[in-house]
Amino acid sequence: MSGLDKRVGSYEEALAGLTDNMTVLAGGFGLCGIPENLIAEIRRRGVSGLTVVSNNCGIDGFGLGVLLEDRQIRKMIASYVGENALFEQQLLSGELEVELTPQGTLAEKLRAGGAGIPAFFTATGYGTPVAEGKEAREINGRHYILEPAITGDFAIVKGWKADHFGNVVYRHTAQNFNPLVATAGRITVVEVEEIVEPGELDPAQIHTPGIYVDRIIQGRFEKRIEKRTLRG
Amino acid sequence: MALTREQMAQRVARELKDGYYVNLGIGIPTLVANYVPEGIDVMLQSENGLLGMGAFPSEEEVDADMINAGKQTVTARKGASIFSSAESFAMIRGGHVDLTVLGAFEVDVHGNIASWMIPGKLIKGMGGAMDLVAGADNIIVTMTHASKDGESKLLKHCSLPLTGCGCIRKVLTDLAYLEIEGGAFILRERAPGVSVEEIVAKTAGTLIVPEHVPEMTF
Repeated sequence: MSGLDKRVGSYEEALAGLTDNMTVLAGGFGLCGIPENLIAEIRRRGVSGLTVVSNNCGIDGFGLGVLLEDRQIRKMIASYVGENALFEQQLLSGELEVELTPQGTLAEKLRAGGAGIPAFFTATGYGTPVAEGKEAREINGRHYILEPAITGDFAIVKGWKADHFGNVVYRHTAQNFNPLVATAGRITVVEVEEIVEPGELDPAQIHTPGIYVDRIIQGRFEKRIEKRTLRG
Repeated sequence: MALTREQMAQRVARELKDGYYVNLGIGIPTLVANYVPEGIDVMLQSENGLLGMGAFPSEEEVDADMINAGKQTVTARKGASIFSSAESFAMIRGGHVDLTVLGAFEVDVHGNIASWMIPGKLIKGMGGAMDLVAGADNIIVTMTHASKDGESKLLKHCSLPLTGCGCIRKVLTDLAYLEIEGGAFILRERAPGVSVEEIVAKTAGTLIVPEHVPEMTF
């Protein structure tokens, strides 16, 4: 790792500096576009007390679900959870804290966090349990609540292709939350299917410009499908 | 006869207009895609970041990187675009989606909707529902009119924690199509063979019954 060349040689190096009680932002929607090898590396490192911010929390035995097995997650910030039995069990026993956040608000909190905006007003959640304890304001006759931005110590991202400079493109709907978390991590680590030579990616087609990215690693992916649904 | 799920989808589909961008929730709303009227072209939005959702894939087309908001494998139609979750909810929150169809546990005469949380049961989360109801102008809620025990789901005040407040104006149940206006439900259409009396009996919130309530035809 030197200068603008963001490539690292191992997953251990990719998450160097990750310690207990940190906040980790993870890309992905369900099991689509999740940084599966970086999640596996978090498990291997055995860090605990983590706050994890991600739309979902994987399933039993795959995705972020594997971090529940050794109780590495203390708090989960997500829009939809509970696709896994272990999650439910730890939630009911009080070992795991959950902050449910509307999906669009979660996306915008990450976008704002990465863009240096500390909080924003949104109509989403006004008059619902989500608004409890939050400042409300009427603007032009509509009610809004103030939602704080989110940033993290680490952002873990799954891309399709990246170059040495950390410019990243995503494939299909595996994009989802990935470009947002990429902007909001103090250290942003991106794993991709292919690292290409500088100049190969069209500058106008880059989803995540390299300025947001600190470390790049090429991995192999299982890409498990949660709900295989076929035509007819 | 109460409407079947398929008939409910068919009835909702009549509200589609050529050129609409539409977000369909999980369940009955998803079925609406099967009944887009002839000669009408709509673009389906899936909030995980896909505008222009196509059919489910064939075995050969299945791609782990191509899913809808229900996490099912899908395809993209011609003219589709794919983007981040922030962009997706900018469309939703910014009022760019022409029609949103979603399910609910309860609605009330004030246009409040409860659809994500039953206290005492495991809470899985609201997903994108709160953003969808807050951002859309044109929402159709699809739900059964009453619970299996006959308890009305069209109430004076929602009893469950809300998903959004004051945002619902159209409800299609298995018995009727209703609008919400001025603190009351207005009965606009009834399911074939369902009497006004039955709908009145199963509606707990204030219900206005116009002189003529046409029967839906299929």
